[in-house]
Amino acid sequence: MAKVVQAKINNILIRVEEGTTILEAARRVQIKIPTLCKHPDLPPSASCGICIVKVKGSNKMLRSCCTPVAEGMDIITHDPEIVEIRRTVIELILSNHPNDCLKCARNESCELQKLVADFGIRAESFPQFLRDLPIDTSTKAVDLDPKKCILCGRCVYACQEMQDVWALSFLERGIKTRISPAGDILLADSPCVRCGQCAAHCPTGAFVEQDHTAKVWQALQDQDKYCVVQIAPAVRASIGEAFGYAGKNLTKKLYALFRRLGFKAVFDTNFAADVTIMEEASELEQRLLAGKRPLPLITTCCPSWVDFMEKFHTDMIDHFSSCKSPHEILGVLSKTYYAQKMGIDPAKIYMVSIMPCTSKKYEITRSDEMSASGYQDIDVVLATRELARMIRQAGIDFMGLPDEEADSILGEYAGAGVIFGATGGVMEAALRTAHYFITGRELEKVEFENVRGLKGVKETEVEIGGKKLKLAIAHGLSNVEYVLNKVREAKLRGEELPYHFIEVMACPGGCVGGGGQPYMVTDELRIKRAKVLYEDDKGKEVRLSHQNPYIKRLYSEFLEKPLSEKSEKLLHTTYKGRPVYRR
Amino acid sequence: MYTKTILLKDTNYGTEDKTKEFYTLLLNILREDNLHEQVQVVRAADVGVYNQGFVVKILPDNIFYANLKNEDVKRIVDETVKNGRIVDALLLKKEVKQLRIVLRNCGEIDPESIDEYMEAGGYQALKKSLFELGPEKVIEEMKKSGLRGRGGAGYPTWMKWNFTRGVKSKEKFVICNADEGDPGAYMDRSVLESDPHSVIEGLVIAAFVVGASKGYFYIRAEYPLAVERIQKAIAQAYEYGLLGKEILGSQFSLDLDIRLGAGAFVCGEETALIASIEGKRGTPRPRPPYPSVRGLWDKPTVINNVETLANVPYVIAKGGEYFARVGTQTSKGTKVFAVTGKVKNSGLVEVPMGITLREIVYDIGGGTFSGKELKAVQTGGPSGGVIPAEFLDTPVDYENLQKLGSIMGSGGMIVMDTDDCMVDIAKFYLKFCVEESCGKCPPCRIGGFQLLGILNKISEGQGTLEDLNTLKRISFAMQKASLCGLGQTASNPVISTLRYFEDEYKEHILNKKCAAKKCTHLLNFKILQDKCKRCGVCMKNCASLAISGSKEEGYTIDPAKCTKCERCFEVCKFKAVVKE
Repeated sequence: MAKVVQAKINNILIRVEEGTTILEAARRVQIKIPTLCKHPDLPPSASCGICIVKVKGSNKMLRSCCTPVAEGMDIITHDPEIVEIRRTVIELILSNHPNDCLKCARNESCELQKLVADFGIRAESFPQFLRDLPIDTSTKAVDLDPKKCILCGRCVYACQEMQDVWALSFLERGIKTRISPAGDILLADSPCVRCGQCAAHCPTGAFVEQDHTAKVWQALQDQDKYCVVQIAPAVRASIGEAFGYAGKNLTKKLYALFRRLGFKAVFDTNFAADVTIMEEASELEQRLLAGKRPLPLITTCCPSWVDFMEKFHTDMIDHFSSCKSPHEILGVLSKTYYAQKMGIDPAKIYMVSIMPCTSKKYEITRSDEMSASGYQDIDVVLATRELARMIRQAGIDFMGLPDEEADSILGEYAGAGVIFGATGGVMEAALRTAHYFITGRELEKVEFENVRGLKGVKETEVEIGGKKLKLAIAHGLSNVEYVLNKVREAKLRGEELPYHFIEVMACPGGCVGGGGQPYMVTDELRIKRAKVLYEDDKGKEVRLSHQNPYIKRLYSEFLEKPLSEKSEKLLHTTYKGRPVYRR
Repeated sequence: MYTKTILLKDTNYGTEDKTKEFYTLLLNILREDNLHEQVQVVRAADVGVYNQGFVVKILPDNIFYANLKNEDVKRIVDETVKNGRIVDALLLKKEVKQLRIVLRNCGEIDPESIDEYMEAGGYQALKKSLFELGPEKVIEEMKKSGLRGRGGAGYPTWMKWNFTRGVKSKEKFVICNADEGDPGAYMDRSVLESDPHSVIEGLVIAAFVVGASKGYFYIRAEYPLAVERIQKAIAQAYEYGLLGKEILGSQFSLDLDIRLGAGAFVCGEETALIASIEGKRGTPRPRPPYPSVRGLWDKPTVINNVETLANVPYVIAKGGEYFARVGTQTSKGTKVFAVTGKVKNSGLVEVPMGITLREIVYDIGGGTFSGKELKAVQTGGPSGGVIPAEFLDTPVDYENLQKLGSIMGSGGMIVMDTDDCMVDIAKFYLKFCVEESCGKCPPCRIGGFQLLGILNKISEGQGTLEDLNTLKRISFAMQKASLCGLGQTASNPVISTLRYFEDEYKEHILNKKCAAKKCTHLLNFKILQDKCKRCGVCMKNCASLAISGSKEEGYTIDPAKCTKCERCFEVCKFKAVVKE
């Protein structure tokens, strides 16, 4: 048990565990100390200077975000002097920030804007000066507008510590300080893997996802286009947050929504997740039994992880599953299988992916293999945050919509498909089917609890057909190196491999914590979102991908069998090393 | 092999330096007597005394002669050099104001010779610590000495050590902060360059006390000689078994290494310094945890300034109580100041704590060289403040300077006379801090920038009285809301000049006048017709065509066109162009 300390905040007696910050302790007694740089998901960077408080006996003011409560402290969080200083600091920040609120992507969700409103700042107290630097739109996924950056450092932490990508850093000093890739190059030429964690944590509009809603509206207007849509697992668990409902499964309302928006067919990425499992479980079976390609097998559903590997861990290419990510699979199936079945010209099909992710925007043009159908398999990707905007633009009372079902033959999914959105989900889904493939028997208990949860690296063992399978699940790219190094060391020493199967998701928590998800994510929220998915799985009659009747139909009517020639051509891809810095 | 060394220096200010002439004379006389191979003559850059005419210092006898005439040279050679007799009449009158503890070896020993350092008693304190006292008693002595950190904040050194000693950890570090960066300050540099071993000895003792096995010198790269000397000294110390494994046969081992600072002022702040050594961007992080608990590579770390460490061997060798005889109630020992500005004798001085500013400026510094009235003394570098003439009799210690709105800082001291404009001074220091701000937190980064904008406005005659309130509001927010010491004190020059010289600000704002004639935008340029020789150079050089006239009629400046670039003022050889 941690030691408990006693102190006073605004004369309220508090008792908290040693190490609790003043900011956190105050929150527990209903006192909100304003801050601009502290994100509940990240450790304090202590940069903004707004959360200052007074502690009796010290003539300094302390930053409450990073100062732990000490025994006997007598803390004042609000008095006229403190409020005045906070106001001055906010005004100073404002003097280095454009007055672009009306046209800013973060209008109404900007943390600076909110503070300015809360403090009733109505005029410019100090002359304005801005960083005269262009917007970097090079990644085609996440844009950086240096003018709007307040240098809180959240994105730098996310990029360096959380994701271990090190694309972003502080450059120069003093008033010239800015966020940029080292060497002042474009983000697309930097190690950036487009995971979007910078944008998900940015308090202002400095990092935002590229908005492609206009493209979708345009396509919907086009009589010549046959617009179809697919929804990623994690989106259904988080879209409600944009409308004040966290932790709600809104799958069926989403189906209804897209019909109202004018989509001709509404599909579910979960169906393709089931296909992924068929292919990936077969791959695992092959590697285990036939030894064609080396173990461990590493999952590749996450495009940021693929990009990261192609930049930093090319020695692992052989271990990568060649299977495409589910939404790409659904894209190619819609323009081949579905088009054939329905007698639609695939050239007319316009596929929109609704993803929790910014990286998927890049993935759709990653290589020629992303046009396996003969057309670009996915036409456009919208992140969850963009979808929320689109719903508002459409004037639809989203939460009041009736429940509807997805369209066959790419809509029905097994429980295994939906848990893809949480870390460990792909692993669990694959194990369910791999067990059947390897032993020919069905599992009695389909849940693998050990692979679930938010621990950065989860290592566990399962027994399938008398063989022990060693597994590792990593999420958050900073957790990858540990796992890969264990594989490397074993290889080097010729020892037994530490793992047979590795799942990696770039974002902490997996896709539920994706870079395109609603703002203010915390572990608490990640767990809440994941719970929605696990409950969806639990409620499903069919919970194993290979049991999904539409999957069976797909293989019998079209693909023949997993890893068939056709499957390989349409559903699989290749990898190559890419330079970390292009230039 | 030389048996004697003679240091010589012309210490008179303002007259032509005749050192060379004197040097030749001395050499010739030595040659005549065939002594030139036994006696080395060195033209010293600084001998620590000022305004005493020609000065020679004879080593190793440590005889100081002053106010010498050419004819005295022969006498010195005959009496002292040949026969070892002291010529009383020529002796320098004892300098009582200064007390050399930190600088005890500076200029006395060859900084590149560990033997000379040891002959002067060097490394005895280390031996005493290792074999006689042990860590507890060393801390006890340090506590008795009352030595406080000389880097600026004045934290008791023994407490720092005690904290780190008390933390359980497999690995601990000690760091010598030699990232001296205040404009015009060079105390640490002098010590590093002229007595590197005393700093090393101090650091080794610190490491022994806290249980560190690795130490770093963090030296700014702009001090190449200091780096070279520390490097040599470390190598020598290894050779003599004073560093490395099992020092002097004890159980204690320590490795020392050098890290270079790349020139960022903020890297003198201890947490930024640690980040810099770790190879990260040099920005401060919040404290607590303090480095003494979690520092370099997250291990307990003691960081001491050069001057602090140079005191340590003295404290240990002589005992804490002996050290504490000097100084005031709260501030013990001496402090080295780099006295510059409008003072007659600028240079390094080491004075006992408690000495008054007047004694430093007048008795040691000789007053203003312009002969003009002293207006203020600035202490503490860019984080400090100005102390107006009326407080010159304040005894110098940590608390007193703070009460006056300044700080001890690392020891910069700039003397100002009536030719110095306080708005201009505030601008100068603020500009330094704005350029050196690491950019991490907005109060410092943006606040400093906005303050500077307002000061520029005022010095250009565009200021309003409301600006004074804005200056105070931003300054206060910077003091309270900045993360590190640099940001918290960056507005001090503004606050302290406003505190004592608000009228001068108002004079700029309301009457558009700068009495010190520093703010060129507030000046009018005029050509004095009686001094003007009608050469026409001013007109040729005026880029804004503000000067008109002819050789016959003389020249005049049109104030409406004049951009106050000062070009005419600079080019006029006859001082006919004046600023009003």
